[in-house]
Amino acid sequence: MTTFTVNGRSVDVAAESDTPLLWVLRDDLKLTGTKFGCGIAQCGACTVHLDGVPVRSCQTTLEAAAGHEVTTIEGLSPNSSHPLQQAWIAEQVPQCGYCQSGQIMEAAAFLAKNPKPTRDDIVKAMDGHICRCGTYGRIVRAIERAAHAHGEAAANPELHKTSYTVGGRAEQ
Amino acid sequence: MSAALTQSRPLSRRSFLVAAGSTGAVISFGSIDALAATGSAGIHSFEPTAWVSIADDGVVTIMAPAAEMGQGVMTCLPAIIADEMDADWHKLKVLQSPSDGQTYGNPAQQGFLMTHGSLSVTGYWDKLRPIGAQARKVLCWNAAQMMKLPVAELTTEPGFVVHKGSKARLSYGEIARHAKLPDPLPEADKDDLKKTSEYRYLGKDVPRVDIPHKVNGSAVYGLDVILPGMLYASVLHPPVQGETAEKIDDAAAKAVKGIRQIVPLPIPLGPLGSAGGVAVIGETVEATKKAKALLQVTWSNKAAARSYDTKAVGQEYAKTAADWSQKGVDMTAFNLSHGDAAAAIAGAAKVVKADFLSEHVAHTCMEPLNATVRVDGDKIEIWAGEQSPSIMQFICAAVGKTSPANVTVHSTFMGGGFGRRDDGPEVAEALLLAKAMPGTPIKVVWSREDDIANDTFRPLVAQHFEIGLDQNNDIVGWRHRIVGASYAARALAEIFEKMGGQDIVTAGLGAELNYKLPAHTVDYVRAEGGISVGAWRGIAGGYAKFAQEQLIDEIAAIKGIDPIAFRLSLLQGQPRAQRVIETVVKMAGWGKKRANGRALGFAYSDALSGHHALAAECSVDRASGRIHVHEIWAATNPGFVLHPRNLEAQMESAIIMGLGAGLIEHVDITSGVVQQQNFDTYRVMRMSDVPPLHIEVISTDDHPTGAGEAGVPPVAPAIANAVAVLTGKRLRHLPMSPERVQAALKA
Repeated sequence: MTTFTVNGRSVDVAAESDTPLLWVLRDDLKLTGTKFGCGIAQCGACTVHLDGVPVRSCQTTLEAAAGHEVTTIEGLSPNSSHPLQQAWIAEQVPQCGYCQSGQIMEAAAFLAKNPKPTRDDIVKAMDGHICRCGTYGRIVRAIERAAHAHGEAAANPELHKTSYTVGGRAEQ
Repeated sequence: MSAALTQSRPLSRRSFLVAAGSTGAVISFGSIDALAATGSAGIHSFEPTAWVSIADDGVVTIMAPAAEMGQGVMTCLPAIIADEMDADWHKLKVLQSPSDGQTYGNPAQQGFLMTHGSLSVTGYWDKLRPIGAQARKVLCWNAAQMMKLPVAELTTEPGFVVHKGSKARLSYGEIARHAKLPDPLPEADKDDLKKTSEYRYLGKDVPRVDIPHKVNGSAVYGLDVILPGMLYASVLHPPVQGETAEKIDDAAAKAVKGIRQIVPLPIPLGPLGSAGGVAVIGETVEATKKAKALLQVTWSNKAAARSYDTKAVGQEYAKTAADWSQKGVDMTAFNLSHGDAAAAIAGAAKVVKADFLSEHVAHTCMEPLNATVRVDGDKIEIWAGEQSPSIMQFICAAVGKTSPANVTVHSTFMGGGFGRRDDGPEVAEALLLAKAMPGTPIKVVWSREDDIANDTFRPLVAQHFEIGLDQNNDIVGWRHRIVGASYAARALAEIFEKMGGQDIVTAGLGAELNYKLPAHTVDYVRAEGGISVGAWRGIAGGYAKFAQEQLIDEIAAIKGIDPIAFRLSLLQGQPRAQRVIETVVKMAGWGKKRANGRALGFAYSDALSGHHALAAECSVDRASGRIHVHEIWAATNPGFVLHPRNLEAQMESAIIMGLGAGLIEHVDITSGVVQQQNFDTYRVMRMSDVPPLHIEVISTDDHPTGAGEAGVPPVAPAIANAVAVLTGKRLRHLPMSPERVQAALKA
């Protein structure tokens, strides 16, 4: 049996110790918010926090999680209250949504470490995540929005200048 | 929440179909709890009664008939009904419709539940507005009785029927508590529909109903379905599409802990694309994956694909495309062909000839294919994220030897569709395994490697053009030949037959040409090599526009006029087309001097309806051959825009896929073996690859047309046109890889 903490709760899992944490979370613990996309740490969809650090759970064994604290998207906040989740909704980020759990978990760990990122910082941090629907522009805007919400009260004009502008629309 | 209405009128059989057939509206009143199923977002397993249901607490539940794959139909289609009936958006619940095509099918899809071809909004627009209007009429009729007032003096505000004079009002919830269904149900006609100016939700940026579930892990995708007693299955697919397992040594596989059964699945390469092989059923995904790796299988060596090499195939198709002695099928349907282009060209002063080649690309939806199926007698239940429940019903009826009426599809969310989730090989595999274990739900999970190797790729296509010009260099005739494998022969066999071999996907939709030409013909030559092809976002538009929009630039150059002016002259009498072009011209600053080493390329597209234009500012690194796209401006007019913000998102999304297909994506096949295996070898656009995108959405009071794919076709030609300005060289081969750019520069 392997014991570790998931979203603040201690769990005992009987799976083989070389089982990827991804499948332990999904199949044994029924936490399906963490997604399977590639299995080789190329897409980021399986990202969870291991002691607060983002890891690809498809390449993290159950053994590596033993005795540690795992946080999944389900445990990021109660009622989607994390500023990133609120920003994700405000910016209407997701399309199919499949990659978004991993994106949000990565961004959450990133902002916790780097609360005042530049746009370049954001892209570097998030580039390991593939979004086939191409929501990249809104992901960047949502992270900037959440960072701003956490940061100074006074608006930083640089943060609001986005390259991903969307034009006006002609009203009829 | 409970009310006399609920008790006295049990919901499941209390449906009332409008016999007139004009709207097919079904309305009932009752408790929402009776309609809700498992409580998990996205999964439903109940009997339908209505498009609209109103609970006595005022919550309005509206059915979403099309498949939500991120394109926003789960929001904008119910919004049509919600607006016409003046439902309160804050008291709205949306449920995915059950797989009952007769009630919920798309008129633009022969009344079936199919979501592809950018036809959802355009198909449901005239069906759903009367349904909403009818619901409003029923509410007012009831309110009139309850308030003892004439119906003519009543109007509605969101969630309320209001008396115009006294302002007395009844909430929809109060009405639901006492409501009856008038007999006969009132018809909704044109005068009952709202004018555009009266819309509260349509044309506005309402928040998407699925998004809250997609930021906290609660959205249920096919892969997330968990049922009691469920087992998992992995499938060892043949190394080359079309081979079968001749000898299976499963001793080591069987010995893996948690494995239940090894099941050969001899599914022939056919309508589903590549499927089957040898399946491993087990208690966990990992166990089945481990066991699959231990299977020792001797495969047959007879598949046609064994001699499929993408390089050779491309050369062969190119030869065929340029050889008019090889007969093709005239694409007379879909308004693609008109006039006698061959005759016009024969008499032309000058003939411009060009050949284009485009490689296979893969779908790589973020969620690998999967499906959960349970068989109980002759009843089949599927849980999966599929674009077309109707297609899945047909497939299961055929494979399971039952009738489509016995097949229930529980639609979950899906992690990407893009045309892939229409083929159903994973559903067929799960069905056959479920038949081997009746009563046990079997979930087939494809690995990413399975997903790429067995994809139904966008066809590898060679195109040949001959364009006749008169002595003024005006176009007299335009001949376009498309050579490639047939999607329709595989997936739409009956239609393909009926249309005499015209392929709506490989050589049809997307290859439209809106310009005013005296004669334009498109013909299709089918060429098969044993590799299954599918519908990939933008379908023929992705490669047809790459060619067409470059040729327009080239002919403009021959004529010595500005390529924008040339396009506008060919679009006389088409103000919507001209407007998107002029909008992008303004947005991008066409005509202004660009920074050193940069040029602007332009493309217009009418592919898949609507009007779209795009400009790309690019530079070329001559040493490496790498094209750098610095910035993109695009304008789109798909008629009336139901959800502007969502449309912008769709354009961004499709443009990014267009960049991928234009610059980097490709599938190499050597002796039938797909060389790309996962995201390390099949490269797609990442965040750092995306340039700044500026999108302008133009809404006009025209019948709404599709927008999910429209952003793809104009991307590659705009880039190629910019490269031509910078280098004087034409790129004819997709993707426009650095190697190909270098080769063009040397030529």
